[in-house]
Amino acid sequence: MKRGRVRVLIAKPGLDGHDRGAKVVASALRDRGMEVIYTGLHQTPEVIVRAAVQEDVDVVGLSLHSGSHMDLFPEVRRLLLEAGMEKVLLIGGGIIPDEDREVLEARGFARIFGPGTPTGEIADFIEKHLGGESKT
Amino acid sequence: MDVAALAEGVRRGEILTLGKALSFVEKGGRDAAALLEALEVGEEGPPRIGIAGPPGAGKSTLASGLVRAFRARGERVALLAVDPSSPFSGGALLGDRIRLSGQFEDEGVFIRSVATRGAAGGLSPAVADMAEVCAAAGFDRILIETVGIGQAELEVMRVADLVLLVLQPGAGDGVQAMKAGILEIADLIACNKADLPGIEALESQMREMLDLRAREVGRRPLLLRTTARSAEGIEDLAAAIEARWREIGEEERKRRREERWVFLVRSRVLDLVREALDAEDLQAEPGTVPALRARSFLRSLAARWDGSLESGEGS
Repeated sequence: MKRGRVRVLIAKPGLDGHDRGAKVVASALRDRGMEVIYTGLHQTPEVIVRAAVQEDVDVVGLSLHSGSHMDLFPEVRRLLLEAGMEKVLLIGGGIIPDEDREVLEARGFARIFGPGTPTGEIADFIEKHLGGESKT
Repeated sequence: MDVAALAEGVRRGEILTLGKALSFVEKGGRDAAALLEALEVGEEGPPRIGIAGPPGAGKSTLASGLVRAFRARGERVALLAVDPSSPFSGGALLGDRIRLSGQFEDEGVFIRSVATRGAAGGLSPAVADMAEVCAAAGFDRILIETVGIGQAELEVMRVADLVLLVLQPGAGDGVQAMKAGILEIADLIACNKADLPGIEALESQMREMLDLRAREVGRRPLLLRTTARSAEGIEDLAAAIEARWREIGEEERKRRREERWVFLVRSRVLDLVREALDAEDLQAEPGTVPALRARSFLRSLAARWDGSLESGEGS
């Protein structure tokens, strides 16, 4: 059987209007051969999780610069579990202080990437976790 | 998850299972065929409404409006939004949800982004299978949105039962459409962005061409004016789609289904051969006539495939 492609949802929860980082990451992952679904700005956790379910993604990447990551990130995680998406690889990025990063990484986020992370590092991380192909 | 469990979940309308089942058929192979068989999707079911048009004509926004219009009548709507895969990396950036997703807060709307994955003609035949799965999940409306109005996309629009062409003023679309032969397959033509200058010119150009053509074939596409962004004309468009589907009648519907069946078989055969060709390390043999080398490749393929397709290779 043919291999499936890795599918990634890149989402911007909340009221933060800066999506340059999200777009740069989305393009970089596409260039690594992944299918990247970008939701656009200002999405609620509910809409993000519904998109993840409908798109059957392997990875959900959240990007946030507004400071409300400690509310919105865990909420997305909770809803993903509730929806039966416990196997999805959950990552995050944005302006996130080290102490928050540690908390999030202890609560189901595989990795929080800070500003200035080379995009190749994110692609490598995903490939390493998924073994380069879709699990579905 | 096995085929029987997937089929069961899809028929019960479980969204999580539907998402997985769509990936399953998208990947292709024997298992995908087994799932389609298990779903027992009959020939009936909702019409697959294809939405085609040049980039930027407003297909996504129009699709979004149609989804809302159908949803307002209490119908459950599935939308397959197709975007191209990069020929360089094989990856894809699928952005249709930007215009679509956040607006639909209930489970009655299912949106799936589909990458072409290098399929010839810009629309993978897997999309037809994905539409079948959505039909099995009980959706009342199935929309398939794709890019382009080239010859390849036209061919590919055979996966749809009903074709809506979206054009915008000022892009020379009238002549383009005539070149591409879109008039032969469109059931409805939406002259979109009606608030822009040039809408009258576009409309009269299209009407003229349709008049010419109607004399040859009788049936002509319905011409409508829409402004998707402000939802103007969308209700009328939804009603026109409805009316057109009724008007087409059972005989024509059957003809289209049969055409689709043949198209899908052809696509599958071509895909299998293309895959085998991609895997072949073809080296130049100066002095050999290319056509003869092609024949010898096909002979070796036939020998190699004898029996092996049953064991699960290929798509």
